[in-house]
Amino acid sequence: MIVAKPKPVEEVIESVEPYDRILVAGCNECVTVCEAGGRKEVGVLASALRMYFMNQGRKVQIDEVTLERQCDREYIEEIRNSIDQYDAVLSLACGVGVQFLAEMYIQTPILPGVDTCFMGGSEERGVWSERCQGCGQCILGKTAGICPISRCAKRLLNGPCGGSTKGKCEIDKNLDCAWQLIIDRLTELGRLEDYEQLMPIKDWSTERAGGPRKVVREDVTQ
Amino acid sequence: MSVPCTGKVDLIHILRSFEKGADGVYVLGCLEGECRYENGNLRAKRRVEKAKDILERIGIGGDRVAMYNLSSAEAPQFVKFAKEMTERIRELGPNPIKAAMKKKAA
Repeated sequence: MIVAKPKPVEEVIESVEPYDRILVAGCNECVTVCEAGGRKEVGVLASALRMYFMNQGRKVQIDEVTLERQCDREYIEEIRNSIDQYDAVLSLACGVGVQFLAEMYIQTPILPGVDTCFMGGSEERGVWSERCQGCGQCILGKTAGICPISRCAKRLLNGPCGGSTKGKCEIDKNLDCAWQLIIDRLTELGRLEDYEQLMPIKDWSTERAGGPRKVVREDVTQ
Repeated sequence: MSVPCTGKVDLIHILRSFEKGADGVYVLGCLEGECRYENGNLRAKRRVEKAKDILERIGIGGDRVAMYNLSSAEAPQFVKFAKEMTERIRELGPNPIKAAMKKKAA
């Protein structure tokens, strides 16, 4: 999932302060799972904003909606008939959702209510960690299912580096060295000989370094 | 407000109470380590902490929320907590939202 975290309420207040009619829009997908921008978080933030403005003696309309997805135009379309009732939309979706809303409703300021962090998974309740950087050319089949692009600080393809100590990375003693994990798992799988194969230079043009990306699939386009 | 376990008390319940004009909210849960549902009271504790944090940040005051733990056999303790909370809220005064909205209406 895309992992996001709520922005500090002070930052949100500063961004919505100029407006009198605000729609807080959540998303039912990733941000719901990571408890940053689902229906519950929309309710909590909307309530906090209403109280803040009431305490300032201001009558500000704060409404709530949670869309199935904000990264699909068909779901964003659902608020077309009501969008004119608002001066701004505070989106609790990831950066993708915020941008899709902004592209569709060009007359309405769309403000982000969360900070989008990475693609990752849940370690335990309240702990998420990065697992994928969307490099566009997956090598997990060669690295025992452990991604050195997202989990090695240097994104090394032939690691570990000299900064790996007792299985931990030099940038953080609590961070596992991805290459140590790869070696350990290759050993478990009885495939340590794979480690001896030098990985060729990666084509980074499919990664973000190659500029904004697009996937076009002829087999599913209409 | 009565719930089967304080684990049922959600953050939004606490916030909405203040939004509707409550001067204070306190959650009474079972003793820590003695939750019938294992960790309901610990979940409530975290939600109360979160509510305090939000209320402090938006200027309502985090001290208006509290959580107490006691067993169902401790009636005098309940009375003590109730008095303590009532005293605290009296010192803090009414929910500032009410005063702000009254001022606006005047």
